[in-house]
Amino acid sequence: MKPEPTHWNRQDFPDAARKELAEKPSSEAPFAHSQTRRNVRNATDIIQAKRNAVVAELPEWQDLRTAGAAIRAHTLEHLDHYLLEFEANCTRNGGHVHWAADAAEARKLVLEILAPHAPREILKIKTMTSEEIGLNAFLEEHGIHPLETDLAELIVQMGKDRPSHFVVPALHKSRGQIRDLFARAMQQPHLSDAPEALTAAARDYLRQKFLSTRVAISGANFLLADTGGVCIVESEGNGRMCLTLPDVLISIVGIEKVLPSFQDLDVFLQILPRSATGERMNPYNSIWSGAPNDDGPREFHVILLDNGRSPILAEDESRQTLRCIRCAACLNACPVYHQTGGHAYESVYAGPIGAILTPQLHSMEAAQSLPYASSLCGACYEVCPVAINIPEVLIHLRGKIVEQEQSTIGGRLSFWNIAMKSAAFLMQDGDRLQAAVHLAQTAQRPLISRNGFIEWLPGMLNGWTKTRDLPALPAESFRDWWRRTRSTNPSLHPHTEQRSESCHE
Amino acid sequence: MNDDSRARILARIAAALGRDSSLAASTAAANYARIARDYRAANGKSGRFILDLFVRRLHEYDAACTHVASHADLPAAIASTLASRSMARLAFVSGIPADWLPQGWDFRAAESLSVHELDRVAGILTGCTVAIAETGSIVLQSDPRQGLRRHTLIPDIHLCVVLESQIVASVPQAFPHLVPDLPTTFISGPSATADIEMTRIRGVHGPRTLHVLLVAD
Repeated sequence: MKPEPTHWNRQDFPDAARKELAEKPSSEAPFAHSQTRRNVRNATDIIQAKRNAVVAELPEWQDLRTAGAAIRAHTLEHLDHYLLEFEANCTRNGGHVHWAADAAEARKLVLEILAPHAPREILKIKTMTSEEIGLNAFLEEHGIHPLETDLAELIVQMGKDRPSHFVVPALHKSRGQIRDLFARAMQQPHLSDAPEALTAAARDYLRQKFLSTRVAISGANFLLADTGGVCIVESEGNGRMCLTLPDVLISIVGIEKVLPSFQDLDVFLQILPRSATGERMNPYNSIWSGAPNDDGPREFHVILLDNGRSPILAEDESRQTLRCIRCAACLNACPVYHQTGGHAYESVYAGPIGAILTPQLHSMEAAQSLPYASSLCGACYEVCPVAINIPEVLIHLRGKIVEQEQSTIGGRLSFWNIAMKSAAFLMQDGDRLQAAVHLAQTAQRPLISRNGFIEWLPGMLNGWTKTRDLPALPAESFRDWWRRTRSTNPSLHPHTEQRSESCHE
Repeated sequence: MNDDSRARILARIAAALGRDSSLAASTAAANYARIARDYRAANGKSGRFILDLFVRRLHEYDAACTHVASHADLPAAIASTLASRSMARLAFVSGIPADWLPQGWDFRAAESLSVHELDRVAGILTGCTVAIAETGSIVLQSDPRQGLRRHTLIPDIHLCVVLESQIVASVPQAFPHLVPDLPTTFISGPSATADIEMTRIRGVHGPRTLHVLLVAD
């Protein structure tokens, strides 16, 4: 398996999260860590509140959600058909459609398309697929500077940072941090930190670039099979600039992003903006097909990117992962993301959807800790506008990881496998369980602190007590209590007495 | 190489779905037709309510809105808008009715202007295809009344004439009015960003001002 940038693959989630949460402030950034956490919480709270308000005002929301899920599920079941239909219609309208089996092929295609134009600089609209294939670093290596035009992506690029959220990639940055980046990069030492001033500075900085740069690269929110169309949803107008003014446009799009029909946008242009930014509609949506006469780039290319997606279609439980429309509502709703922010996931795709998508894109050979980065509370499923049952997929993937481990000798003999097998053995039989409990009640004695909690456990169990205390087992187990109070004299039933008492209250 | 990848991807999809790829086409249309569209039944609102809702949404987006009593009053309304905004040079798209334009102003046909010239006009005047009350959206399609996409993108002020009869209640009701093949732009207020600490800032790269002239018809 080639290392690819989808998963940055440096460390497992618990280690990365601990670093994100406990990172020591440096002399250069004395409040770096607490500031970042405050920024993430503030941003997700705001979007979440707006999302809830605009979703609540549509009585037909559940009908929309059902239709959105059904359309996406249907598309995936006939994905080859709709991709071919898209290809035929886009080509008929003057576009060029390319197919990239993996990230390396997609990068190579971009370079081949760029070659005759020999650009020194190209414009970019925020795109997850570009992050996924590590396009920016690759272009730089080939002497082409990719200039990010989305305000947040520009902030991330100038700070040599990583995006932490797909809709608001720089939500971890505060205005002061952004001011410092802009002041340096745009050589404006007296720039104020008012968001208005920072936004105006970005407008001036990019204006001439929009009017003069000849090549742009984008992703896409949706491909439309029946018209060969592409739909891009945005707020700032940088998207429209890049889609309209250059001579050449390349859109890199995951194969799952197709919809059967232009008409289906009547669902997705409702559920996407309400879920993503909590707006009834985002400021701009652009839809076009191929290379329309004189209205937009003369040369238009779509690169259809597989890169690990097609195998995800194989199982019913995991296929729903590909319904995702990247609204990031699950990130904003997730209590884990709320605490750790996006970087702890060590993946281009963070949050609950990232936890199921990232390892699957890598055939479960990387990012195996991510399916465990969840308390399975179900908030992600609740807000998902295409009803992806993320907890179900998380459990399914955890099962696969365990099976994977059990398929090796080392895995079979590992501590966890033996512990889990032993637990299963003990819990299958009441007598065995009782014997084990009695044994544990005796064995725990030396470990109980004065406060009644176990604060330290030996060996592998130490992983639990490193970050939390364990309540000691009570002197009498539930089973023992039950036997003592009920089984000897069934007529003496405390339950019924309590009930009649509570009626008098 | 690309043809190989195409075949490989299609084969992988068919294999993952556990069937021959030629089967997809025959079942797709029938299965697609079965998808429930209950959401389209919603929003039977009409008339005055829709108009008021659209205007309220425009205000929420910080877009300006001028009510115009009839077609005949449009040139005067445009003239007073230009005067109040001190706009000297205005571009217009050539498909709008000639009698919309007031006398005595420097109007340029947008089609004759380069990108850099468009950057120097004060604003652009267009019509629209359809408007959506619930979301406060205006839909433009590439045709002579609405111009090309760059015409409504580069100038800093967009004066958009919306006829009251062009307003529909909801997003699904707008789609039957659209020609699917034409380049299409949905505009909901002026460009905006919330990328810095979630503070909404109006006017990034697109026109910083959207001014709607709402004509009773």
